[in-house]
Order: sequence, then C-alpha cells, then structure tokens
Amino acid sequence: MAGNRVAVVGVGQTAHRTARKDVSMAGLVREAASEALDDAGMTYADIDAVVIGKAPDMFEGVAMPELYLADALGAVGKPMMRVHTAGSVGGSTSIVAAKLVSAGIHERVLTVAYEKQSESNATWGLSVPMPFAAPLVAGAGGFFAPLIRAYMYRSGAPRHIGHLVAVKDRRAALRNPKAHLHLPDIDLKTVEESFLLWDPLRYLDVCPSSDGAMAMVIGSEKVADSAPNPPAWIHGMAMRSEPTMFARRDQVNPQAGKDCAKDVYAQAGIVDPRRDFDCAEVYVPFSWYEPMWLENLGFCADGEGWKLTEEGATAPDGDIPWNPSGGVLSSNPIGASGMVRFGEAAQQVRGRAGDYQVELKTGKALGHAYGGGSQFFSMWVVGRDKP
Amino acid sequence: MESTQWTRESKMTQTFTAERVLEYPGGYTRSVGPVIGRFLTGLRDARILAVRLADGRVLVPPAEYDPATSAPVAAEGDHWVEVGPRGTVQAFTWVAEPRPGKHPLTKPFAFALIRPQGADTAIVHVVDCGSPDAITIGSRVAPRWRAERVGYITDIEAWIPLGDGEEPAPPPLRVPAEDEQPVTGITVPIALTYVNTAGASTARYLVGLGEGKIIGGRAPSSTDVYAGSRGTDPKTGEPTSIEVEVRDTGCITTFCVVNVPGLSELAPEIPYVSAQILLDGADNTFFGLIRGCPVEDVHMGMRVKAKWADELKPDHTAIEWFEPTGEPDAPYEHYKDNL
Amino acid sequence: MRDVAVISFASAAVAEDREHNETEMIVPVVRDALAQSGLPKSEIGFVCSGSLDYLQGGPFAFVSGLDAVGAWPPLRESHVEMDAAWALYEAWVAIQTGEVDAALVYGFGKSSPGDLHEIMTLQVDPYYVLPLWPSMVDMAALQASAYLEASGHTEKDLAEVAARSQRNARQNPDAVRTGDVTADDVLAQPVTHHPLRDADIAPITDGAAAVVIAAGDLARRACGRPAWIRRIEHRIEAHGLGVRDLTSSDSARGAARAAGVADGNVDVAELHAQFSHEELLLAEALGLRDRTVINPSGGPLASNPVMSAGLIRIGEVARRITNGEASRGVGHAASGPCLQQNLVCVLEGD
Repeated sequence: MAGNRVAVVGVGQTAHRTARKDVSMAGLVREAASEALDDAGMTYADIDAVVIGKAPDMFEGVAMPELYLADALGAVGKPMMRVHTAGSVGGSTSIVAAKLVSAGIHERVLTVAYEKQSESNATWGLSVPMPFAAPLVAGAGGFFAPLIRAYMYRSGAPRHIGHLVAVKDRRAALRNPKAHLHLPDIDLKTVEESFLLWDPLRYLDVCPSSDGAMAMVIGSEKVADSAPNPPAWIHGMAMRSEPTMFARRDQVNPQAGKDCAKDVYAQAGIVDPRRDFDCAEVYVPFSWYEPMWLENLGFCADGEGWKLTEEGATAPDGDIPWNPSGGVLSSNPIGASGMVRFGEAAQQVRGRAGDYQVELKTGKALGHAYGGGSQFFSMWVVGRDKP
Repeated sequence: MESTQWTRESKMTQTFTAERVLEYPGGYTRSVGPVIGRFLTGLRDARILAVRLADGRVLVPPAEYDPATSAPVAAEGDHWVEVGPRGTVQAFTWVAEPRPGKHPLTKPFAFALIRPQGADTAIVHVVDCGSPDAITIGSRVAPRWRAERVGYITDIEAWIPLGDGEEPAPPPLRVPAEDEQPVTGITVPIALTYVNTAGASTARYLVGLGEGKIIGGRAPSSTDVYAGSRGTDPKTGEPTSIEVEVRDTGCITTFCVVNVPGLSELAPEIPYVSAQILLDGADNTFFGLIRGCPVEDVHMGMRVKAKWADELKPDHTAIEWFEPTGEPDAPYEHYKDNL
Repeated sequence: MRDVAVISFASAAVAEDREHNETEMIVPVVRDALAQSGLPKSEIGFVCSGSLDYLQGGPFAFVSGLDAVGAWPPLRESHVEMDAAWALYEAWVAIQTGEVDAALVYGFGKSSPGDLHEIMTLQVDPYYVLPLWPSMVDMAALQASAYLEASGHTEKDLAEVAARSQRNARQNPDAVRTGDVTADDVLAQPVTHHPLRDADIAPITDGAAAVVIAAGDLARRACGRPAWIRRIEHRIEAHGLGVRDLTSSDSARGAARAAGVADGNVDVAELHAQFSHEELLLAEALGLRDRTVINPSGGPLASNPVMSAGLIRIGEVARRITNGEASRGVGHAASGPCLQQNLVCVLEGD
C-alpha cells in the first residue's frame, strides 16, 4: 500500500433501527463518534480532521450537512470533508480519511457515515423523478432484479440460493445486538413464502431501510502503537468507478469491481481470497449479490459463486464467513452501510466483534462497498498484524 | 435483424425545459432528541431556555454539544437556565418581499441576530418592525408569542421593538394539559421549485420521439450507437455528435416482474414487467415496460417492438410500452455482452 | 510532502444555460484541461469532482457527470458534495500518498434551474433556522451588517469592491456581470438586502471548471512553468451564526496561517467572495496587503458557477503563475453560510 502505515484504532456504531426517534441527526452521529473515540482512548479534542460521508442529501433535506455537523463532531478549527459516492460512500469515506494519515498529513482522523432515513423515505429519495430522464418506474429493486435474473441464467444457479443468503445473514444478525433486523424464526420456508416483490426477489431477499451511523478513528503507526485497544492495520485500499451504462457493459460482473479487488489484493499480498481472509464484510443489499460478488471478488471462478453459498462456505462456521455481522440485509443505513462493512471487518481482525467474532487464522479481513448501478466500488483489507 | 440506419450531422433543434416542485410529501419528519426537544417544549410554554456551558457562557438556542469543544451538554441539570424575554439586535437585514409559504410573516420584516438577555449567543429570527428604519444594531426587542404554540421555532411569531424604557409584556399564561408530553419531533415542509433543462442530446432524442423515431447518437471515434444518451459516449467522454436513428424493435436482454405497487405515478397496475431492451441498431440497453402478453410469457431474448402512443408528443409518453413481435427469439449470443 | 502543481485549467460559465445538461456542460472543460495538460488519459491516475445534488434538484448529479470523463477502463475516482476546491484537496492527498502522480479535478453546477439563494438555506440548522427560511443572501447580509458596524467600513467600500470586480471582469470570457462601472454607479443603485445592493451579490451563473494537477517531474515535463501548490489547508468553524463572531473569519485566518500565506509576497489572490463584504473580511483574515492584486478575474461577483467557483479561484491564480504574470499567489475557496468553511491554497512558480 502506498504511503505510511495506517490503522483503525477506534470503531463505534449506533444501534440501527427503522426509526431512531430518540435522537436528532447530530445525536445520531455523535452516538457512533463518541463510541469510536472511547475505543481509541481519545476525545474530540485529540482529532486532527473529520471526514464524513452519506448518501443523497435529499434523504434528510439538509444540504452539505458537514456544515451543520461541524461542531457536533469536533471539527471546529480543523479540516472537514464530505464525501458522496452513492452506495459505496461509506467505504470511500473511510479511504479518504485513511489517506489523510497514509499521506502523512494527519495523525488522527475521525470518520463518520450516517443516514437518517426515517426523516423521509428511501424509495422517494432514490427515485426523485427528473424531467426528461427516462422514468424508472420499478424502483431500486427493479434496477437490480433483472441483473440477478441474468446472473441466474448465466450461472445456472437454482432459485433458492438467494433465499439461503437471506436466512444466513439474518441468523448471523441474531448475535449482533446493533443489527436492525432480528428475525429469530427465519428459515428457508419463511423467505420462500415472503412476498414476491421484484421477481425473482422476495421481500426477505431485500435489505431494510435503517437509521444509523458508523464511525472510526484512523491513526498513524505511532498512534496505533500506543492505542489502548488492538488496532486493525490497513493493508490495502482501493476505489474504482465505471459509467452506469455503455455498450457491451457487463452489469452483472462489472470490471470496476474486478479491478478494484485486484488492486487491493495486490497491495495486501492476497493471492487466494478464500484462503487468505478470515472473513469478509461485503455490501449485499439483495441476497443474490452474495454469489455475484463472490465471483466478482475472485473468491471462486465465474459461475461458481452460488456453489460456495450453497455448501455453506460463507456461513459464520464456514471456511470463509461473509457478513458475520448480519450484513446490509440486516442493517441498512444507506450512506453508512459501506462504512459498517469496513468497520466490521476491522472489528474482526481486532478480535472485538463480540458474539459474532470469527476465528482468526490469517488475521486478515475484507471490507467492501458498492453503489450506483453497480459502478462505484471501494474496498480495503485490514489485518491484525502490521503490514 | 438488419437495421436500417440513417445518420446526419447533429444540430440543435429545440430546447426543452420543465418546471416542477421538489418536495417530500408531508414534510420531513425530524426527531429532535432531548436537548432540542427541551428547548422546543420551552417555546410551547412561552419560555426561552438556554444552557450554561462548562466555560460559563450561556448558549441559546441550546445544542447537545458545546459548539466550541463538542463536549456533551446534558438534557437535564441545573445548567439549564431561562433567558430573555428581552433581546438585543446584533445584526439585521431587511426582507422587502417575503416568500409566501416559507417566511413566517407575510409583510416586510427584518431578519436579525438577537441576543436574549442573559445569553452569550444569538438567535436567528424575524423582527416585525414595519420599516428598515425602525431597526438598528443595538435595538431592544421582545418576542411576540403565538397564541397556539406547538413546540416549533415559529412559536415566537416575531420579535417586536421595545420603546425606550419599555419592558416586554409578560409571557402568555398557559395551563399545560395533565398528559402533555415533551416535544420529541417536528415536521418541516421543504418545497423547492426548479426549471430543469433537457440538454441538447436529450432534446434531439425527444424531438425524434415526437416524430415516431428513436434517435441515438455516436461519437466520431467509435461505432457504438447509444439510444437515449446523455450526450457522450460514456467510455470516452466524447460527444455523441453524430445522430443515428435506431429501430423501434429489439430484444429483451433481461427483466423483472414488479409486484410492488405505487413506485411511480407512471407505473401500471401490478404485476408488470420492467425490462432492459437492446434495440436493433443500438449498442446499449435501456429500461422499458413490456405489455401485450401475460407476464409469465416474458423471457430473455424475446423480440419486442415499441407501442407508440396514438398522439405523439416529444416526451417519454411517446412510447407507451414494448410488446412482443412474435418473431423467433434473439440468440443469447446476440445480447450476452450487454447483461 | 511531494511537489505537486496545477498544470492546466479550463472553465466555462454563462448566466443561464438552457441548451446543455450538466454532462454536456462538463465535456468541453474536461477535454480542454486534459488537452492543455498534454498528458494522455492513461497518465491521469485519479479523478475527483465536486457538485451538489440540490442544484439540479435530484440525487446523484455526479453519476451522470462521470459520463463526461470517459471512465473506461474503470478509474480511481471519487466525489465530494462540496466545492471542487475540496475535490482538488482530495486529489492532492491522493498524490501525496504516492499512489498516483496526476489527477483530473472538476466541478460543475447550474444555479439557474432552482432558486439558488433559497436552496442554500437547506445548509442551515434544520431545527432552529431552516423553518424561518433566511436565504443565503439574507444570512450574508446579516454578516455584512455586523461587519460594517465592527470594522468601520462603509457601503462605499463595498461598492468599490463591486465596481472593481466588474471592471476586472471585462477581460474574463466567463463573466456574466461586467462593465466600466465606478463605485458611485454602484452606490446609485438601491439597497436590496440591507446593507447590500445587487452589485454586492454574486450573479446566478451556470458553469463548470477542470484542472489537472501532477507531481514533480511529470508536472515539469508537461508544463513550462507549473504552478506549484506550496501548501493547501482548510478549516471549518461552528455552524450557528449566533455562536460565531461574524465580524471576522477564524477559519479563514486559521487556514491562511497553516498554509503560510504570510511567508512571502502575495502577488495575486483570488478570493471566493460571493458578496462584497466577504472580500474585505477575507483579505483581512488572510493577511493580504495593499500590494496584492485581488480578484483580477473579477471573482465570484462577476462569475459564480456554484461548486466550481472555489476551484476556479485556484485555477485563475495558477494561470497567472504559469503565464509569468505572478510568482506567488493565493487561491481561496469557501463553503457554508457566512464563510463557515475556508480553504487556502498557496501557489508559486519556480
């Protein structure tokens, strides 16, 4: 990885819920930020800079909310930035923060991502009709469900594979008290019987809409070496983007995702991701995106992802657990969801994932986020050991 | 599936603009948390509450944090104090033309920074003083409370000037109901009006639709034809300056059956099919509705044709949907690279 | 720190562009900046942009903006919902990590589709202030009111700034408000937002801008006289107008000190002052002296394409260094109500 050594030295997140009616927007982000600072043994005064991220401002009706949140997050007299890269924003925000440290500009950076979707409604916020644009009359699920159908056709995956992921991630979430959905009785039958929203996607194949925030303190090597709790060292980080639409675009298995994975693996010395990672926290908002991203991220050959899911390889007790926290399918504060992936990966290699801690062998984990029309990707590799 | 294409140098034919209002229906539902909530509850009681910070400064309106240090401010405790009602104008400007539906007053007024007595900070609010000559920095003002107060910043309808030596009227008495709850949330309407522009490439496309044609474009350096482009070949950023008409027939590359009601005012009754369609003569797919056959008959590779509206207008209503042509399916090879 | 320079700059702005969509507006400036840089796209390691969804009134403005760049093969790319001056900062950081050696930065926005002054109200405290709907101009006028009272400056001083901007802008092809105007001409106009006149308020402008920055030898190869970014720093202050001292700018002063503005002569400064009083206030906060030429382009009072206007300040200074008019200059960008956030970029020729 380019630049100086960098580590995650503090992680905090809110409980994710349909509506966090007990807090203001500032209260929501401070809940996550204060927990991350406590974890790092710091206060707001110790922080050099703040980087925040979230999805479209229209969700909350606050334009450029870094301005309103500056004093809530300890940024007064300091640099503050606001990143927005669609659904991948939580990941890219983490990376922008980490680069401020790897470039040697700052020692301690607070990064926060959030969404308070209950202020409006995600379906409205994501599909504000723009004049003259071809109307998308099928919602976000209507954009991704056809790609899932194409994946099923290409790979020959049986119809129940998505449902397996829906069950697996919700069961994993039972061990995560901060997860939004806790569905103790979920099984294949309940998913199969849930309402068919966007054939082939059923209700329980789809992520919820959550209020929530995630925060991390990113530190230099010096800071990490003296941190009160174990750091998660950043071994690699990468971002890639491609256009939404172009001639002969592979929308199912996008090149930007493959390039991004290749880049981050090269930085981190990952040769075989299935073997070299202890777990992965991957942005799976629709159940089928687990097998699709297994292939895109090189955990298996093209067309084989669904087999890993089916054989249980990605379950918490499998050889390569995916989303042991419960994933996006269990908590989805959109603008924070990517940072939750990055932070959960860090918690695993720090050994601080509580009841959903995986066994550490290689001591490395992958954090992943994507957004737009499967076109914006951000990833990092974190490790227990110094790179 | 031979496509007849014609090309010509593009030229601007018409500009398209549309006025609309961006508004979340019903307004944003804001939970306010305990500190803002306590201040708003105070307004409902015709009291201006503030908090004393660690350094002794009195902050109004209160925040959950010290604005200088970000240290937390508790929602309970004896650091809560009442300030005002008298206030002093620290800065002001004059609004000669109030915005209906937005500004709290319908007649000309002043915006001002007002420091309530006993506070070290100021509130942004409005002063109803009749004329810009009736206000100056240092003016003494007092709140004019609404009779019906709900726990909102406009419970103070406006601040009004005080004459020399004049003291504020006592706050209106109010007996809270026994079961009255503190303010925990507010609803904030936000409506913004826009006049958006289609852009040159979309204008050409829309003009074509109005003539029953699907106008695509391609960049000089590429053979790729884009139907409904935003003006560039997205792979290169090069303008799609060469107009190319594509056929109104094509094949479904992939699709989903939508069972979710109410996604858009334009959406048909559920269930309906939303598909990606590769038009003959185009190299990109775009979304379209499929009708004219049972939803369970729709499949990848199915050949479809645009169903044009009876009355063609230069907008997206020109193509109502796509329907099967009955031709043999397109082979997978034809569209597999566009999935 | 690696040496990084601005090696090309392009901008385009008009009062109201009803012909092009945002993507079409970006295309020429991106192509122009790339062409001027002389670098093939394969040498551009990173792309970063700045825009604001609320200007067009729909989410994900930056996604269609990407169609102007040609993101194929896939690019290292990012976006800030801030003025593109902060996109330049993010790109500069990316180069500092050593990961990339050159970056394309662009910003874009149309202020004409909506009511810009009302849209910017959505930046303010959503609980205590937004329901009262003070416009961006109302808030600036509050600051002007406090500033004139405290500083002793008068409306005549504001008019001098406004008139000079219009005169300077006569050479600027992007200017939408320009003329051979004197302070007395401005003073003859009515006060519209006490104590401001229309000439004190930046005009509504649609536009876009792009710069290419590059490190060390690459910059030297590409550009005869690169405009080296000696320091780039930004600071934010508390949000509430009532908790800040509106008669000065702590965040601008802090950024200027950190950027070392006072470490040498400042031949030229381009300040992101959208109101006449902001220029006076910023010149004080940045410690600029009389010998510094301020806003020779006319500044935002002549052309204010929101979300690129800050980047343009840096580009305008870089251009004057590259063409030999100046050896050291300051580009400044601001964000938020009453200059809540400020960025200062010190540029030098060799």
